Amino acid sequence: MTTFAFEVLVSLKEGLSDPQGKAVGSALSALGWTNVSGVRVGKHIALDVDAPDEVTATAQVQEMAQRLLSNPVIEDVRVLEVEAKP
Amino acid sequence: MTVRAPRIGVVTFPGSLDDRDALRAVATMGGEPVPLWHAERDLRGVDAVVLPGGFSYGDYLRCGAIARFAPVMEDVVAFAGRGEPVLGICNGFQILCESGLLPGALIRNRSLRFVCRNVWLRVETSLTCVTNDLTPGEAIQIPIKHGEGQWVATPEQLERVESESLVVFRYASRAGIVDDAHNPNGAMHNIAGIRNEAGNVVGLMPHPEHAVDPDVGPTGGQPLFASLLRAALVGTAT
Repeated sequence: MTTFAFEVLVSLKEGLSDPQGKAVGSALSALGWTNVSGVRVGKHIALDVDAPDEVTATAQVQEMAQRLLSNPVIEDVRVLEVEAKP
Repeated sequence: MTVRAPRIGVVTFPGSLDDRDALRAVATMGGEPVPLWHAERDLRGVDAVVLPGGFSYGDYLRCGAIARFAPVMEDVVAFAGRGEPVLGICNGFQILCESGLLPGALIRNRSLRFVCRNVWLRVETSLTCVTNDLTPGEAIQIPIKHGEGQWVATPEQLERVESESLVVFRYASRAGIVDDAHNPNGAMHNIAGIRNEAGNVVGLMPHPEHAVDPDVGPTGGQPLFASLLRAALVGTAT
Protein backbone atom coordinates (compact mmCIF):
# COMPACT_ATOMS: atom_id res chain seq x y z
CA MET A 1 0.00 0.00 0.00
CA THR A 2 1.09 3.49 -0.78
CA THR A 3 -0.39 6.71 0.53
CA PHE A 4 -1.38 9.16 -2.18
CA ALA A 5 -2.17 12.78 -1.42
CA PHE A 6 -4.97 14.45 -3.34
CA GLU A 7 -6.47 17.89 -3.49
CA VAL A 8 -10.11 18.25 -4.45
CA LEU A 9 -11.22 21.69 -5.60
CA VAL A 10 -14.93 22.46 -5.51
CA SER A 11 -16.37 25.65 -6.98
CA LEU A 12 -19.85 26.99 -7.67
CA LYS A 13 -20.82 26.55 -11.30
CA GLU A 14 -20.30 29.46 -13.62
CA GLY A 15 -23.56 31.34 -14.02
CA LEU A 16 -24.70 30.65 -10.46
CA SER A 17 -24.52 33.70 -8.27
CA ASP A 18 -21.75 33.43 -5.70
CA PRO A 19 -22.69 35.73 -2.82
CA GLN A 20 -19.47 34.97 -0.95
CA GLY A 21 -17.38 35.80 -4.00
CA LYS A 22 -19.32 39.00 -4.45
CA ALA A 23 -18.75 40.05 -0.83
CA VAL A 24 -15.04 39.30 -1.06
CA GLY A 25 -14.90 41.25 -4.33
CA SER A 26 -16.52 44.27 -2.67
CA ALA A 27 -14.06 44.08 0.21
CA LEU A 28 -11.09 43.91 -2.17
CA SER A 29 -12.44 46.89 -4.05
CA ALA A 30 -12.86 48.80 -0.76
CA LEU A 31 -9.20 48.10 0.00
CA GLY A 32 -8.18 49.71 -3.28
CA TRP A 33 -7.91 46.68 -5.56
CA THR A 34 -10.42 48.04 -8.00
CA ASN A 35 -8.91 46.00 -10.85
CA VAL A 36 -10.36 42.68 -9.62
CA SER A 37 -13.25 41.81 -11.90
CA GLY A 38 -14.06 38.26 -10.80
CA VAL A 39 -13.96 36.55 -7.41
CA ARG A 40 -15.28 33.04 -6.83
CA VAL A 41 -15.05 31.33 -3.45
CA GLY A 42 -14.79 27.56 -3.39
CA LYS A 43 -13.63 24.68 -1.23
CA HIS A 44 -10.33 22.91 -1.00
CA ILE A 45 -10.38 19.37 0.39
CA ALA A 46 -7.11 17.55 1.06
CA LEU A 47 -7.20 13.75 1.19
CA ASP A 48 -4.60 11.08 2.00
CA VAL A 49 -5.65 7.81 0.39
CA ASP A 50 -4.09 4.39 0.93
CA ALA A 51 -4.25 2.31 -2.22
CA PRO A 52 -2.20 -0.34 -4.04
CA ASP A 53 -1.50 2.00 -6.93
CA GLU A 54 -2.12 5.45 -8.31
CA VAL A 55 -4.82 4.45 -10.79
CA THR A 56 -6.94 2.84 -8.07
CA ALA A 57 -6.49 5.77 -5.73
CA THR A 58 -7.44 8.28 -8.42
CA ALA A 59 -10.54 6.33 -9.41
CA GLN A 60 -11.65 6.20 -5.78
CA VAL A 61 -11.16 9.91 -5.23
CA GLN A 62 -13.05 10.68 -8.44
CA GLU A 63 -15.98 8.68 -7.09
CA MET A 64 -15.77 10.42 -3.70
CA ALA A 65 -15.77 13.77 -5.50
CA GLN A 66 -18.91 12.90 -7.42
CA ARG A 67 -20.89 11.16 -4.67
CA LEU A 68 -20.17 13.27 -1.62
CA LEU A 69 -17.60 16.02 -1.99
CA SER A 70 -19.52 17.97 -4.63
CA ASN A 71 -23.10 18.45 -5.73
CA PRO A 72 -23.29 18.32 -9.55
CA VAL A 73 -26.39 20.54 -9.55
CA ILE A 74 -24.47 23.55 -8.26
CA GLU A 75 -20.79 22.73 -8.27
CA ASP A 76 -17.85 21.87 -10.50
CA VAL A 77 -15.17 19.64 -9.05
CA ARG A 78 -11.53 19.03 -9.95
CA VAL A 79 -9.30 16.33 -8.54
CA LEU A 80 -5.58 17.03 -8.38
CA GLU A 81 -3.10 14.38 -7.33
CA VAL A 82 -0.32 15.97 -5.39
CA GLU A 83 2.17 13.22 -4.62
CA ALA A 84 2.75 9.71 -3.39
CA LYS A 85 3.85 9.89 0.20
CA PRO A 86 6.81 7.78 1.30
CA MET B 1 -65.30 2.63 13.85
CA THR B 2 -62.76 4.78 15.61
CA VAL B 3 -60.22 6.69 13.58
CA ARG B 4 -56.73 6.30 14.96
CA ALA B 5 -54.36 9.25 15.11
CA PRO B 6 -51.84 9.17 12.28
CA ARG B 7 -48.31 8.37 13.43
CA ILE B 8 -45.94 11.06 12.19
CA GLY B 9 -42.22 10.33 12.52
CA VAL B 10 -39.73 13.16 12.99
CA VAL B 11 -36.09 12.30 12.35
CA THR B 12 -33.47 13.72 14.68
CA PHE B 13 -30.02 14.08 13.14
CA PRO B 14 -27.01 15.33 15.10
CA GLY B 15 -27.53 19.08 14.84
CA SER B 16 -31.30 19.03 14.23
CA LEU B 17 -32.93 21.97 15.98
CA ASP B 18 -36.59 21.91 15.10
CA ASP B 19 -37.37 18.26 15.77
CA ARG B 20 -39.01 19.13 19.10
CA ASP B 21 -41.19 21.82 17.52
CA ALA B 22 -42.15 19.46 14.70
CA LEU B 23 -43.15 16.75 17.19
CA ARG B 24 -45.12 19.32 19.17
CA ALA B 25 -46.84 20.61 16.02
CA VAL B 26 -47.91 17.05 15.14
CA ALA B 27 -49.40 16.59 18.61
CA THR B 28 -51.07 20.04 18.52
CA MET B 29 -52.74 19.13 15.25
CA GLY B 30 -54.00 15.79 16.56
CA GLY B 31 -51.37 13.36 15.31
CA GLU B 32 -49.22 10.94 17.25
CA PRO B 33 -45.63 12.24 17.24
CA VAL B 34 -43.01 9.52 16.84
CA PRO B 35 -39.34 10.44 17.37
CA LEU B 36 -36.99 8.75 14.90
CA TRP B 37 -33.20 8.57 15.18
CA HIS B 38 -30.79 9.13 12.28
CA ALA B 39 -28.64 6.12 13.12
CA GLU B 40 -31.47 3.61 13.35
CA ARG B 41 -32.81 1.85 10.31
CA ASP B 42 -36.29 1.75 11.76
CA LEU B 43 -39.21 3.99 10.85
CA ARG B 44 -41.26 2.45 13.69
CA GLY B 45 -44.30 1.94 11.51
CA VAL B 46 -45.03 5.61 10.97
CA ASP B 47 -47.55 6.88 8.41
CA ALA B 48 -45.49 9.91 7.38
CA VAL B 49 -41.96 11.23 7.92
CA VAL B 50 -40.83 14.78 8.67
CA LEU B 51 -37.19 15.78 8.19
CA PRO B 52 -36.89 18.81 10.47
CA GLY B 53 -34.86 21.98 10.32
CA GLY B 54 -31.52 22.62 11.91
CA PHE B 55 -27.88 22.12 11.03
CA SER B 56 -27.45 18.38 10.59
CA TYR B 57 -23.80 17.37 10.97
CA GLY B 58 -22.96 21.04 11.43
CA ASP B 59 -23.90 21.75 7.81
CA TYR B 60 -20.32 20.69 7.05
CA LEU B 61 -19.39 20.32 3.38
CA ARG B 62 -22.88 21.38 2.16
CA CYS B 63 -26.20 21.64 3.99
CA GLY B 64 -27.70 18.16 4.08
CA ALA B 65 -24.79 16.52 2.24
CA ILE B 66 -23.79 14.24 5.08
CA ALA B 67 -27.27 13.68 6.51
CA ARG B 68 -28.46 12.20 3.22
CA PHE B 69 -26.14 9.23 3.85
CA ALA B 70 -27.42 8.66 7.41
CA PRO B 71 -28.66 5.08 7.93
CA VAL B 72 -32.30 6.17 8.37
CA MET B 73 -32.29 7.90 4.98
CA GLU B 74 -32.16 4.61 3.10
CA ASP B 75 -35.51 3.77 4.67
CA VAL B 76 -36.88 7.26 4.11
CA VAL B 77 -36.02 7.05 0.41
CA ALA B 78 -37.74 3.65 0.14
CA PHE B 79 -40.73 4.97 2.13
CA ALA B 80 -41.03 7.92 -0.27
CA GLY B 81 -40.73 5.52 -3.19
CA ARG B 82 -43.80 3.67 -1.95
CA GLY B 83 -45.79 6.91 -2.19
CA GLU B 84 -45.85 7.60 1.55
CA PRO B 85 -45.78 11.25 2.68
CA VAL B 86 -42.40 12.83 3.38
CA LEU B 87 -42.04 16.49 4.38
CA GLY B 88 -38.67 18.21 4.55
CA ILE B 89 -38.50 21.54 6.34
CA CYS B 90 -35.52 23.89 5.92
CA ASN B 91 -32.53 21.62 6.57
CA GLY B 92 -34.89 18.74 5.79
CA PHE B 93 -35.57 20.32 2.39
CA GLN B 94 -31.82 20.58 1.83
CA ILE B 95 -31.47 16.89 2.71
CA LEU B 96 -34.24 15.93 0.26
CA CYS B 97 -32.50 17.87 -2.52
CA GLU B 98 -29.12 16.34 -1.68
CA SER B 99 -30.63 12.86 -1.69
CA GLY B 100 -32.13 13.41 -5.12
CA LEU B 101 -35.75 13.05 -3.95
CA LEU B 102 -36.36 16.65 -5.02
CA PRO B 103 -34.68 18.64 -7.80
CA GLY B 104 -32.35 21.60 -7.25
CA ALA B 105 -30.18 22.66 -4.35
CA LEU B 106 -30.06 25.33 -1.66
CA ILE B 107 -27.18 27.79 -1.56
CA ARG B 108 -26.21 30.83 0.51
CA ASN B 109 -28.80 33.62 0.61
CA ARG B 110 -28.28 36.33 -1.97
CA SER B 111 -27.86 38.86 0.87
CA LEU B 112 -25.28 36.69 2.65
CA ARG B 113 -27.36 37.34 5.75
CA PHE B 114 -29.25 34.91 7.92
CA VAL B 115 -32.92 35.84 7.45
CA CYS B 116 -35.38 35.35 10.30
CA ARG B 117 -38.88 36.73 9.84
CA ASN B 118 -42.46 35.92 8.93
CA VAL B 119 -43.08 35.71 5.19
CA TRP B 120 -46.11 35.23 2.97
CA LEU B 121 -46.24 32.27 0.63
CA ARG B 122 -48.49 31.85 -2.36
CA VAL B 123 -49.82 28.32 -2.66
CA GLU B 124 -49.21 27.02 -6.19
CA THR B 125 -50.86 23.60 -6.04
CA SER B 126 -53.14 21.60 -3.80
CA LEU B 127 -51.89 18.29 -5.22
CA THR B 128 -49.45 17.48 -2.44
CA CYS B 129 -49.43 15.79 0.95
CA VAL B 130 -49.25 19.19 2.69
CA THR B 131 -51.50 21.39 0.56
CA ASN B 132 -54.67 19.32 0.28
CA ASP B 133 -56.37 21.83 2.56
CA LEU B 134 -55.23 24.86 0.57
CA THR B 135 -56.35 26.55 -2.63
CA PRO B 136 -53.89 27.57 -5.34
CA GLY B 137 -53.45 31.35 -5.27
CA GLU B 138 -54.13 31.79 -1.57
CA ALA B 139 -51.42 33.27 0.64
CA ILE B 140 -50.35 31.89 4.01
CA GLN B 141 -47.97 33.33 6.57
CA ILE B 142 -45.12 31.22 7.94
CA PRO B 143 -41.73 32.17 9.38
CA ILE B 144 -38.40 31.58 7.68
CA LYS B 145 -35.04 31.36 9.42
CA HIS B 146 -32.13 30.35 7.26
CA GLY B 147 -28.77 31.42 5.90
CA GLU B 148 -28.74 29.02 2.98
CA GLY B 149 -32.21 29.04 1.53
CA GLN B 150 -31.64 30.24 -2.01
CA TRP B 151 -33.15 27.49 -4.14
CA VAL B 152 -31.30 27.06 -7.42
CA ALA B 153 -31.41 24.45 -10.17
CA THR B 154 -29.92 23.63 -13.53
CA PRO B 155 -31.77 25.23 -16.47
CA GLU B 156 -33.20 21.79 -17.35
CA GLN B 157 -34.43 21.21 -13.78
CA LEU B 158 -35.96 24.67 -13.58
CA GLU B 159 -37.76 24.10 -16.87
CA ARG B 160 -39.12 20.78 -15.65
CA VAL B 161 -40.13 22.13 -12.23
CA GLU B 162 -42.19 24.86 -13.89
CA SER B 163 -43.64 22.86 -16.79
CA GLU B 164 -44.68 19.96 -14.54
CA SER B 165 -46.06 22.29 -11.86
CA LEU B 166 -43.72 21.01 -9.17
CA VAL B 167 -43.62 24.38 -7.40
CA VAL B 168 -45.67 24.22 -4.18
CA PHE B 169 -44.97 27.62 -2.61
CA ARG B 170 -43.53 30.93 -3.82
CA TYR B 171 -42.45 33.87 -1.69
CA ALA B 172 -45.05 36.58 -2.24
CA SER B 173 -46.74 39.62 -0.79
CA ARG B 174 -49.70 39.31 1.54
CA ALA B 175 -51.91 39.77 -1.54
CA GLY B 176 -50.15 36.89 -3.25
CA ILE B 177 -48.07 38.97 -5.64
CA VAL B 178 -44.82 37.24 -6.52
CA ASP B 179 -42.00 39.70 -7.16
CA ASP B 180 -38.37 40.28 -6.33
CA ALA B 181 -39.21 42.66 -3.48
CA HIS B 182 -40.75 39.70 -1.64
CA ASN B 183 -37.93 37.27 -2.36
CA PRO B 184 -36.03 36.94 0.93
CA ASN B 185 -33.08 34.90 -0.32
CA GLY B 186 -32.77 35.20 -4.09
CA ALA B 187 -34.42 31.85 -4.87
CA MET B 188 -35.03 31.23 -8.58
CA HIS B 189 -38.61 32.17 -9.52
CA ASN B 190 -39.26 32.97 -5.81
CA ILE B 191 -39.48 29.24 -5.13
CA ALA B 192 -39.95 28.47 -1.43
CA GLY B 193 -41.06 24.85 -1.73
CA ILE B 194 -41.32 22.08 -4.29
CA ARG B 195 -42.75 18.58 -4.64
CA ASN B 196 -41.90 15.42 -6.48
CA GLU B 197 -43.99 14.23 -9.43
CA ALA B 198 -46.33 12.17 -7.25
CA GLY B 199 -46.77 14.95 -4.70
CA ASN B 200 -45.99 12.72 -1.72
CA VAL B 201 -42.59 14.33 -1.15
CA VAL B 202 -42.51 18.05 -0.37
CA GLY B 203 -39.65 20.28 0.75
CA LEU B 204 -39.84 23.90 1.80
CA MET B 205 -37.57 26.43 3.48
CA PRO B 206 -40.25 28.12 5.67
CA HIS B 207 -41.15 26.52 8.99
CA PRO B 208 -44.79 25.40 9.28
CA GLU B 209 -43.97 23.71 12.60
CA HIS B 210 -43.35 27.16 14.10
CA ALA B 211 -46.73 28.39 12.86
CA VAL B 212 -49.41 26.23 14.46
CA ASP B 213 -49.88 27.92 17.84
CA PRO B 214 -51.80 31.24 17.77
CA ASP B 215 -50.23 32.20 21.10
CA VAL B 216 -46.78 32.58 19.58
CA GLY B 217 -47.26 33.83 16.04
CA PRO B 218 -48.92 33.20 12.70
CA THR B 219 -50.84 29.97 12.14
CA GLY B 220 -50.09 29.40 8.46
CA GLY B 221 -48.56 26.05 9.31
CA GLN B 222 -51.84 24.54 10.53
CA PRO B 223 -53.29 23.63 7.12
CA LEU B 224 -49.98 21.99 6.12
CA PHE B 225 -50.01 19.71 9.15
CA ALA B 226 -53.75 19.07 8.81
CA SER B 227 -53.15 17.96 5.21
CA LEU B 228 -50.13 15.87 6.20
CA LEU B 229 -52.09 14.09 8.92
CA ARG B 230 -54.86 13.22 6.52
CA ALA B 231 -52.46 12.15 3.75
CA ALA B 232 -50.71 9.99 6.34
CA LEU B 233 -53.84 8.02 7.05
CA VAL B 234 -54.78 7.70 3.37
CA GLY B 235 -51.25 6.54 2.63
CA THR B 236 -51.07 8.29 -0.68
CA ALA B 237 -50.47 11.86 -1.60
CA THR B 238 -53.34 13.01 -3.71
